[in-house]
Order: sequence, then structure tokens, then C-alpha cells
Amino acid sequence: MGRSLFDKVWDAHVIADLGDDQYLLHVDRHLLHDLSGGRGLMELRERGLDVANPELCFATPDHAVSTEPGRADLTDYAGKRLVNGLRESCAACGIRLFDLDDDGQGIVHVIGPELGITLPGVLLVCGDSHTCTHGGLGALSWGIGSSEVAHVLATQTILQRRPKRMRITLDGRMDAHVTPKDLVLYLIGEIGAAAGVGHAIEYAGQAIREMPIEGRLTICNLSIEFGAKVGMIAPDDATFDYLAGRRFAPAGAAWDRAIAEWRTLASDADAVFDREVAIDAGAVRPQITWGNSPQDVLPVDGRVPDPSTAPPDRRPAIQAALDYMDLMPGTPIEGVRVDRVFIGSCTNRRISDLRDAARVAAGRKVAEHVEAWVVPGSESVKRAAEAEGLDRVFRDSGFQWRAPGCSMCVAANGDRVAPGARCVSTSNRNFVGRQGPGSRTHLASPAMAAAAAVSGHIADVRKLGA
Amino acid sequence: MEKFTRVTGPAAPLLRQNIDTDMIIPMQRMLDHERDALGRFALEPLRFNGDGSENPEFPLHQPAFRDAPILITGRNFGCGSSRETAVWALQGLGIRVVIGSSFGDIFYNNCFKNGVLPIVLDEDAVAALAAAAPAGPTTVDLAAGTIRPPNRAAIAFDVPPSQRAALLEGLDEIDMTRRRLDDIRAFQARGREARPWIYDIPDTSA
Repeated sequence: MGRSLFDKVWDAHVIADLGDDQYLLHVDRHLLHDLSGGRGLMELRERGLDVANPELCFATPDHAVSTEPGRADLTDYAGKRLVNGLRESCAACGIRLFDLDDDGQGIVHVIGPELGITLPGVLLVCGDSHTCTHGGLGALSWGIGSSEVAHVLATQTILQRRPKRMRITLDGRMDAHVTPKDLVLYLIGEIGAAAGVGHAIEYAGQAIREMPIEGRLTICNLSIEFGAKVGMIAPDDATFDYLAGRRFAPAGAAWDRAIAEWRTLASDADAVFDREVAIDAGAVRPQITWGNSPQDVLPVDGRVPDPSTAPPDRRPAIQAALDYMDLMPGTPIEGVRVDRVFIGSCTNRRISDLRDAARVAAGRKVAEHVEAWVVPGSESVKRAAEAEGLDRVFRDSGFQWRAPGCSMCVAANGDRVAPGARCVSTSNRNFVGRQGPGSRTHLASPAMAAAAAVSGHIADVRKLGA
Repeated sequence: MEKFTRVTGPAAPLLRQNIDTDMIIPMQRMLDHERDALGRFALEPLRFNGDGSENPEFPLHQPAFRDAPILITGRNFGCGSSRETAVWALQGLGIRVVIGSSFGDIFYNNCFKNGVLPIVLDEDAVAALAAAAPAGPTTVDLAAGTIRPPNRAAIAFDVPPSQRAALLEGLDEIDMTRRRLDDIRAFQARGREARPWIYDIPDTSA
């Protein structure tokens, strides 16, 4: 029987089969950040244990750092404690840290790929659920809790049950103005927020093969939003082109040897999956969420659901979400007035995302009642965007151009949406209180977010003709 | 790790689907408070009204379910963020067992690391336990692998054997894995030969 991409990478990392589908696996790359990384390191030091392989660990502060332009060192007391804790522990344990204003600093899931820390076929973990992002390069990666962080630090291994395998085939060609974010939100709406629980996902099909790497990272990033810890895409020439010459990627003879291995990772033609899903990418329109789960998603020309016409078991959830989001049943989502716009997060803040948003913003002004932010994903994305003048486009339109960090996706650094305020956000979660207590979040692509900013309400980017 | 063998007490039904870890412990609370203070804020958006008063409809605020050590949950409980503080917050609220038809995978693992037992059952069984719960205490017995609801026959459940053993004996996983250090070193030695780029990481900017 043939093996899938997932099987090949998993099997290559098995140190011990512990029986009953439980395995001890080697961790090739461990990313640490200020929220869970510092805590895991502290736990290890309290136990008097050393970090097994500090050279395989990379750390950066992202969650609790200020994104104020020209930021002072730290945000508030929580951020100060967390960031200083990470600094101190990394120095004590010999772990490389990309600190504020270093070229490598940024959101862990942005810097991993762009520095070539993330590679095809590696097993990569991080104490953050969006670690599935790295699967866009063909890594086997998933998010872990802080106890697991301590385990990885102490042993460079992880205990894990082998998940089931699901292949999601995205065939067809996406329309203009439809982005990878729209495609994956649509997918979650179709299959539901729990469809991927217990599964490792492989994304395949024409739309994936033709998709640039940054888009693949966005697709894999949202795997966890339908319950899958792991999302992967087979590496191909586009992957190798993306990685060639990156700071920590192999070079010279090692690069040639690595590529030879990476070319063998794609699923065999007779690989078997526990579940197969097929989606027509050509049928997808620009998407926007209306509720408090990423599965609560609509095409932008759609209407908010009406609980009275929904299946009885869905009515309470729909009503609760409408109440929280302050939306009337059956209203068109287009035209709903917004207060904030956030372009950023590990989902959508790479250079291509910023270009998409800038095309919409160029020559237009952010509506007077809207506060709109652009938060680049990393110091290097920020510098690249500034080199091509994107910061100027955003600033001229009335957006704030900020310093890199997780910012208003997770609201751990004081960047928050006020209670009751409505935000169109390029992030990954529209949960109750996610962007601050009482905040109301609508998830969308960078272009849709920019369209909302300049329109003052949820708007159909296709009508703006950008 | 805290051992788990058997728990008896009220089983509170909280059947809303997709309760995420941001809802189980909001970010600002986990930043502002230490581990042992998180229970006050567990499930805060559901437990309290906007003015800070208790939501009387919240299951754990009803007389039959106050101090319940068992939570019967809706599908996909604990989805979202990997924050282990979600488990700590539930522990602070007194929860030792969560029962549901599915859990967020990261949350599920985090439970075992902290002596909380997550039990997956089919949706009908979850509904039956929830229906029976108001009549009295429920007993969850990990050694026997059974849940005994009030006035009903016991039902069986499975948990992964290694995690079951770790909970019953209160084993420490880091200690257990460190006993395999020779295997780990041998794996890495083979890896340095077969996949040297994993271990010899260049820094072209240096």
C-alpha cells in the first residue's frame, strides 16, 4: 500500500512505537514565543533539567510585544514579564532569540518559513495552535501545550498518537479577487469547525499546485480552525524556489541532498486516506464571517442566517452568535458598518497579503469613523514593504503602519477592539472576546479588509475594481 | 502529575458546541493571573453577565450542579488556541472530568498532562448522560473504564492505554521519556548521517 506525504514524514521521525498508536517522535525544529515558550523554559529550569538540543530551538517574542510605531521596548507589565522571561531563559539555555528590532523578529509562523528554519519533511512543533501553518512548505507541524513544550525542551521528542489522514482536493481555478483566505474559509463553512478533529490534512489539487507559497501557508494556517492540528502540502519546485538561499536553509551539497529527499515526499498514487473531501475552487466568492466560529461564513453578497428557518438543533447557536454580533436575522452582510479594520496575523500578513490590501487602498481614504491598522508579520516583511513603498500607500490612505507582532489577532499586548466595536480582521478567529472583551470580529481576506476600511462598512471587493 | 482513579459528583451539562479555549479562559485573565487564580475566570463569558453578576442559567450556577467535578460538553469543546491555561482554569473551577463527542486535539492532550480526564463518547451517549445528570451524582471510574450515571446502567469508555496508565499512576512523562535517552541519541546519530541538514544548520548572514 502506498504512503501519503504525512505517513512518510511521520515514519521518518519515529524513535519508538509505544503501542496502541502511540509514538515517540523526534522533533527537528522547535519554535518558542513569549507566551508559552518562556513558561516551558521556566518549568524546565525549575526541575533542574537542561535543554536537550538548544541548537534546534529558535525563539522570538511576538504575542505580548507592542506594535506601536517606533515602539518602546515593551508594552505593559504582562508583556514586560513575558518578554524578559523569554530573553533571560533563552540566554541561560543557549537558545537563539530574534529580539525586538532584529531582522529575524516577527510572528513565529511568519519567521519560520522566511528564515528557512521551516523545511520540507521536518517535524516542527511550537506552543501555538497555528503551527499547522508550516505544513505549507511540506513540514509536519502542529501546536502543543506548555507541558509538551517542556517535554520537547527536555528530550527533543514528543509523545503523540498517530492521527487519521484526510485529503482535501481543491480543484478548479480561483476567480479574480478570490484569495487563499476565501478558499479556506469557504472550505470550513462547507465541512464544519470540527471536521478535522483527529486528522492530519493534506491539501491537493490544481488550486494548490498553482498557488504561491505564501497562499499555501495561509491555507495550512487555518487547518486548526476546522479542528485539524496538522495541514500539509507536498513540496514542489515552487517550495524549493521559495527556500533557496534563505538564512537557515541548507546550502551547497547539503541543499542538493535535501532536495533529492524532498522530491520523494509527495503522496504515492495509491496512498490511502481515511477521508477524502473535494472542493471546486472555481465556485468560491469572496468570503466574510458573521458569527463566532470560523464555520459561520458567507459569501460577501450573502445574507446572515435566520434561526427560524434553520434546523432546530442549530437555532440556539445561531441566535447566540447573532446576539453577540448584534446582527439581525436575514440581513445582507454587505453594508454592515464597521469601526475597526485589522490587517495582520500569522494568517495574512506576508508581503503578498500587503500588496493585495494596498491595491485596494491605493488612491482611496479610510472612512472617517474607521480606525484601520496594518501590522506586518515580521521585521523583514516590514522592511520589504517599506522598500517597495507599501507603507506610504497605507499611510496616505489613513491606515496606521505598525511594528510586527501578533497584535489584535490575539489581543495579548493591549492592542484590542473595544467592547461592542466591530472589526473586519484578516486573522483566524472570530471567537467571543478574541480581539478583546465584547469585541465583534468578521474574518476576511486582506483585500476584503481594505475594502471595508475605505468603504466604512463590509464591502464587496469585486465592486471596487482594484 | 496528579493521579486520577475515580470521581463521584454532579455532572453538569454544558452542551453548547464549539466552546473554544478563549471562552474557557480569556487572554487578559491568563495574562493577569497566576495558575491558581484562574478558576474564578473559567468560562467567564458564559458564567457571568456583562455587569459581573452570575448568569443564573449557567449550569454550574444551578443548585443541582454547583461544585460539579464532571462537565458534559457539546461537540468540539476546547477547540482553538493551545493555551494549557484552559485546563488549569477548569481545574480551578473543580472540574476533573470532561465528557463529550469530540474535543480540540491540543486541549485533549493538555488535559492528560494535568490529571484531567477527557472522555469521548458518541453523541447519543453524551445526550443520555446529560439527561440523567440532574437526578444525582455520576461516578467516573478510570480503572474500571465506566461511567455510572444516576439511576441508569453504567456505560463503558476507552482512553488511550498509555495515557490511562499515566493518569492512574500519576506518571511523569518527561521522566518516562528520559529513560529512553539512549534511543533518542541513537536516532539523532543516524539522522546526522542520513539528513545532516536537520542538525548542521547554517547561518548565511553570520
